[in-house]
Amino acid sequence: MAKKPRIKVREQAPEERIKNFNEVPFGYNEAEAVEEALRCLQCKNPVCIKGCPVNINIKEFIRQIGAKDFKGAIKTIKNDNSLPAVCGRVCPQEEQCELQCVMLKTGQVINIGGLERFAADWEAQNTVFEAEPVKPVLAGDGSRIKVAIAGSGPAGLTAAGELAKMGYLPVVFEALHVTGGVLVYGIPEFRLPKKIVEREVEYLKSIGAEVKTDILVGKSYTVEDLFEMGYKAIFIGVGAGTPTFLGIPGENLIGVYSANEFLTRINLLKAYKFPEYDTPVNTGRRVAVIGAGNVAMDAARIARRMKGVDEVTIVYRRSEAEMPARKEEIHRAHEEGIIFSLLTAPVEILGDENGRVKGMKCIKMELGEPDESGRRCPVAVEGSEFVIEADTVIPALGTKANKLMTEDVKGLKLSGRGYIEINPATGETSIPGVYAGGDIATGSATVIAAMGAGKIAAKAIDKYIKGSLNLEF
Amino acid sequence: MYKITLKKELTKDIKLFGVEAPHITHNAKAGNFIVVMPDEKGERIPLTIYDWDREKGIVYMVFQEVGLSTVKLGRLNEGGSIYSISGPFGRHFHVENYGTAAVIGGGVGVPAVFPIARALKQAGNKVNSIIGFRQKDMIILGEEMKSASDSLVTATNDGSYGVKGFVTDALKQMIESGDRPDIVVAVGPVIMMKAVSDLTKNYGIKTIVSLNALMMDATGMCGGCRVNIGGTTKFSCVDGPDFDGHLVDFDGLMSRLTSFKEHETEAMHKCRLDTEEKNG
Ligand SMILES: Cc1cc2nc3c(=O)[nH]c(=O)nc-3n(C[C@H](O)[C@H](O)[C@H](O)COP(=O)(O)OP(=O)(O)OC[C@H]3O[C@@H](n4cnc5c(N)ncnc54)[C@H](O)[C@@H]3O)c2cc1C
Ligand code: SF4
Repeated sequence: MAKKPRIKVREQAPEERIKNFNEVPFGYNEAEAVEEALRCLQCKNPVCIKGCPVNINIKEFIRQIGAKDFKGAIKTIKNDNSLPAVCGRVCPQEEQCELQCVMLKTGQVINIGGLERFAADWEAQNTVFEAEPVKPVLAGDGSRIKVAIAGSGPAGLTAAGELAKMGYLPVVFEALHVTGGVLVYGIPEFRLPKKIVEREVEYLKSIGAEVKTDILVGKSYTVEDLFEMGYKAIFIGVGAGTPTFLGIPGENLIGVYSANEFLTRINLLKAYKFPEYDTPVNTGRRVAVIGAGNVAMDAARIARRMKGVDEVTIVYRRSEAEMPARKEEIHRAHEEGIIFSLLTAPVEILGDENGRVKGMKCIKMELGEPDESGRRCPVAVEGSEFVIEADTVIPALGTKANKLMTEDVKGLKLSGRGYIEINPATGETSIPGVYAGGDIATGSATVIAAMGAGKIAAKAIDKYIKGSLNLEF
Repeated sequence: MYKITLKKELTKDIKLFGVEAPHITHNAKAGNFIVVMPDEKGERIPLTIYDWDREKGIVYMVFQEVGLSTVKLGRLNEGGSIYSISGPFGRHFHVENYGTAAVIGGGVGVPAVFPIARALKQAGNKVNSIIGFRQKDMIILGEEMKSASDSLVTATNDGSYGVKGFVTDALKQMIESGDRPDIVVAVGPVIMMKAVSDLTKNYGIKTIVSLNALMMDATGMCGGCRVNIGGTTKFSCVDGPDFDGHLVDFDGLMSRLTSFKEHETEAMHKCRLDTEEKNG
């Protein structure tokens, strides 16, 4: 069989896209999707499925796209994944489904993510959603049994979706004024348009979930309050997200933003539309981002799109090979003209007489011997200090457990690093009836992992509630 | 959307709002704060909770119109509604019987200390309060503070009412006259909290201040409110807002508070234009 190359996804040219916040890839049209789907070998042993954390029947949905049964394709996907429009865009496919694909050897792996996105977008454009009737799970007084969900990130939304489909009344409490968690405040518009997240939340409501913003579980209502208010179980999916700083001098200068703050100001509070929106962000002309993970790439690429910014530098201690971000994102960052200052470690952030950032003193590094983990440790080159001029410095160094909620819950067992301890097979915590999952249990991970955790917990909650009901009768 | 049940002008630019928000009043305690957004496009504004009525589910807040967002908030009317209110945030004030407490409020810090004074009094403390303002027509909540305290001194910088001078002058006099407090609580402009902390340090009196550093989400997620407390970085939203005044790096805090001055002017300018358009 002739090996056709992977069908390219059309995208905005780098010169154009750095002037806007629109999505970078346009996605496949019908003809392209069908052509890409027909490249799939329909293996007897579809190993791709094992690579997907939620085991979507990838082989089948690709076959359906190939046969132009788009409705069937999205149905297949939705059996296992309730947020395909999101996952098709943000999943690290190259480490999951596509890593397993047998076509990988040929260098022309099937674009599974692209096809998943196509099916989801096709559905949004071509169908009107009709909720299938579900048999409600009722309490003694005839009302649907309520389950409280803390946090509206992918973990919470998925748990809510699953519970709604089982007939419960899930009520999602979100501390912020909008729902979606990292999907709205972290991941930029040009990678995941916010209207997609909004649509998913509308869908949840249409199948019977309730969403309440502005409410902090643990503070507005404690876990005890929720049980008293009649919730039979609680799922905690509050994310990890408290930023880490380097601990170098100058970190409290004006113009130093944690990546979380920078991203939130821009994604959530729309500072890029200032003064139409009221939240400002001071970027100045030159921006330095410290770190080389996905969050650093997002921050750098957002900075590149801000008015008045003409120089964005990624500062990273190790070399290109060790950069933890997705290859695709690094490639796009390169295309957008972001400067990579590798083997460079920040020493001090420098300020002017008004306490504003004016630059960052750095030192050159070289890679030493590999440590036990096999990673080569960077060591400083003596006397190689130099200054990168910058008006804004953004440490993107990962996050730690946020104790906002966890410290207020009596009896909740935490790990040494402050994450909630759970049984990974059920999501159970140390408190009966209280479940958890997503970043707050694992530390920063992925959207699909958080969704998987939400799904597992929903199943366990169902079992728990039905079990305790039997006891009562 | 949350209904505004009460709007009162305390001075020309200081307003008191009562807003229906049972999710705030359910567990609100002295020292907690809330975050409000006047409308969908607004900033997230942190405000200390002034008072609350748990039965009716109404939370009361006091704010001064100092920038675009608070001006926008001040334009909303009784019967109207606020887009978003979340909370209660922060660790609440730790109330116990310390003995004698000096409670000090400066300007719009007064509504923040009011519930603390009241709670301290209820817990059996002798509460001696001092409130300070620039001049007579800026005095707010004098009666309320009086009812929440055993004694009240009102100071104005220009002497147009009460004693002339700063709150620190009154505090010094209180300490030296023999009514030495076992604890001092001070909320107000950063410069005032710094002066109070400097003074009480000399006397070795435990002092708690409440830091209203720049905040955004107030959920510990952004770190924009970080302050240096005794050499370590803390987030005022989740670790505070109350801190030991003798450990706070006030100079660093004051510098950070100027972060968005220029933008504020730009936004205010646009806001004024909008108003002029609407009115003219
Ligand atoms: C910038 C950035 C880019 C990323 N890019 C990718 C990517 O491309 N692909 C990928 O797979 N993963 C990516 N991730 C990681 C992924 O987003 C997270 O792993 C995932 O969102 C975790 O989901 P969650 O549901 O556990 O928590 P979150 O998404 O963090 O959601 C938690 C929600 O809970 C709310 N909350 C917190 N405390 C409370 C409380 N007490 N009461 C009520 N609500 C509360 C928060 O406000 C938040 O909305 C990225 C992360 C970031 C920060
Ligand atoms: S959910 Fe993610 S891993 Fe699974 S098939 Fe879709 S893109 Fe691949």
